[in-house]
Amino acid sequence: MINDDITVITSKRRLLSLNLKELWKYRDLVFLFVKRDLKSSYKQTILGPLWLVINPFISSFVFTLIFGIIANISTDGIPQFVFYMSGNILWGLFSSCLTRCSSTFLSNARLFGKVYFPRLAAPLAEIFYNYITFFVRFFMFLILIIIYMLCGANIKITFAALILPFLVLHISFLGAGVGLIISSVTVKYRDLGVLVSFGTTLWMYLTPIVYPVSQIPENLRRIMLLNPTAPIVEAFRYGFLGTGCFSPLYLFVSIAVTAAILFIGLIMFNQTEKNFIDTV
Amino acid sequence: MKDNCVIEIKNVSKQYKLGVIGTGSLRRDLQSWWAKKTGKPDPNLEIGERPHKKGERFLALDNISLEISRGERVGIIGANGAGKSTLLKLLSRVTAPSEGVISYRGRITSMLEVGTGFHAELTGRENIFLKGAILGMTKSEVESKLSQIIEFSECEKFIDTPVKRYSSGMFVKLAFAVAAHLDSEIMIMDEVLAVGDMKFQKKCIEKMRSLALEQNRTVLYVSHNMNTIRRLCNRCIVLDKGKIIYDGDVDEAIKIYLGSDDGNFCFAKYDKPEYKDRIENRELDLKTVKYIGKADNIFTQNEPMLLELGWENLKDISNLSLRIEVSNYQRVPITSFLLENFYSGKAGESFKAQFKIDISNFTTGGYYTRYVFYAQNDDSQNFRVIESAKGLTLRKRTTGITKNPWQKSWGSVVVGKIELLD
Repeated sequence: MINDDITVITSKRRLLSLNLKELWKYRDLVFLFVKRDLKSSYKQTILGPLWLVINPFISSFVFTLIFGIIANISTDGIPQFVFYMSGNILWGLFSSCLTRCSSTFLSNARLFGKVYFPRLAAPLAEIFYNYITFFVRFFMFLILIIIYMLCGANIKITFAALILPFLVLHISFLGAGVGLIISSVTVKYRDLGVLVSFGTTLWMYLTPIVYPVSQIPENLRRIMLLNPTAPIVEAFRYGFLGTGCFSPLYLFVSIAVTAAILFIGLIMFNQTEKNFIDTV
Repeated sequence: MKDNCVIEIKNVSKQYKLGVIGTGSLRRDLQSWWAKKTGKPDPNLEIGERPHKKGERFLALDNISLEISRGERVGIIGANGAGKSTLLKLLSRVTAPSEGVISYRGRITSMLEVGTGFHAELTGRENIFLKGAILGMTKSEVESKLSQIIEFSECEKFIDTPVKRYSSGMFVKLAFAVAAHLDSEIMIMDEVLAVGDMKFQKKCIEKMRSLALEQNRTVLYVSHNMNTIRRLCNRCIVLDKGKIIYDGDVDEAIKIYLGSDDGNFCFAKYDKPEYKDRIENRELDLKTVKYIGKADNIFTQNEPMLLELGWENLKDISNLSLRIEVSNYQRVPITSFLLENFYSGKAGESFKAQFKIDISNFTTGGYYTRYVFYAQNDDSQNFRVIESAKGLTLRKRTTGITKNPWQKSWGSVVVGKIELLD
């Protein structure tokens, strides 16, 4: 069987050529990248994949201690631990998408320098990797809220829970979009790479993760909700805890911002990938 | 694109900027930019360093055009920096050309490096799937060939061990096994076999040959090992400074490449330290060398090598001896010529000596030489080397009696005649 497709390589490239057909051909690669990352990240550890769950537990515990007990920030009547847990797992998805995508070029430089495959397979695999870790954590979170509900805590699961798949896509695309932009810029300027972990932490404090929106003064709340991550977190909390302000308007604004960021990210990624190996 | 053509390269160039690209940090790039605007010296340049002018670029490939037909096994040779790897990188789509168009039919599998895409923590088996996917195979394709791949790699025993515990040889074997079993129309290899043992190298070359012959695959192979090129390829391209200087017959290409290595000089001055070997006590300083009465370094059938060496004594020298060492085109030493106790002299004296060396039993091919001077120690029978230097190359052409006694099959030196017994 002889493959007769003609491939043409030129110096020029369209602003955005995604070539999804080719990416689809490499779907097994994406799957294997995810498998590789999952397998290798917990090799030679005692607790293994249990770390996936331990992580948000520990940070929620610390949040409860600092923000709940010491700083005494309100959680709208929701048990503090569950409240922080909800924020943690969603933020974990976002920040991990962002940081892992942002190092696409630098951490894969060796591989990219030696063999061709659709470069988008790498960030795509990162996103899928994060979906898997998110759903493991989410499952644990569900068990947790059911236990709390059985114990009579003031938790309601509302209709908004149905849009969970959409929220997950939304927040991961936002993270990946920002990540792609950073990854393209860091090929030449490493400065941004340093900023990433610091920047995501700052961003977290600007997002209602450790506090509910209801604690924000009325006039600041609108500006707060313009932060594209804020309405997503609020919608998630509204769906699974029954609190927070679920606002379709701000959610739409956030979708528009996400689409724009993702679009810019893809263009920059596309332009960078063709020659980055010469400048990295 | 013509019907039988699988790769067509049209006027392709690849440019690299010289010097550091930016300073690697936004702050310092802005600083440099501001300094340039205001006419101040760039604070990020070393003292005395000249800023790279705009347009100061390096052409790794200079307007190359090439057509390769289906089933050809093309070797690409050339000195370091000739552009071989750049060409393969462009073909593998790792980086884009600065100018020109490359078109090809079908899939390209490239192995530019050993073990690319292997993950140390995963087992051999898992890595076969990963590597296969990176090279564009689907999972079912790999599965259908898994047993063949494992068998070819000779790693059956260790296939479920993480590859971080593999030896580098096993690594190459596994990597090559995956690439060799890919159903791609074009295979590109860049000096990857160098790590494997001779037996495996041979096996790989045979595998690629048979892929090309039986399944009409096209192979592009870069190597500095002329033996493998000779065994595998039926066409050879010589690159030099980004240009194709020869394209055609393999043996001819290798001659051109090896000839261009040191030039066809018939005289030389030892004015650079790298012409000489590092030795403990240099008591004699070799200054010049030439082939007497020649305009090149090509010797025919029975022509003797007439050599003149000029030197200066750095110390008093007694009972000087000379050894001329000869290596073949692969730099494997093959023989030596000796002259013992032929000269004594005082320190500071200069001297020129002429020698005649019979090289009539050398076969056709290129040879490297080395001149080693040594002297007897006063107290013992031992010798000490007092000067050692790279010699002129020589090329032997034989005509007449036999049909082209070429080095590769005859060996470098024809030692003697066979006596027929009654």
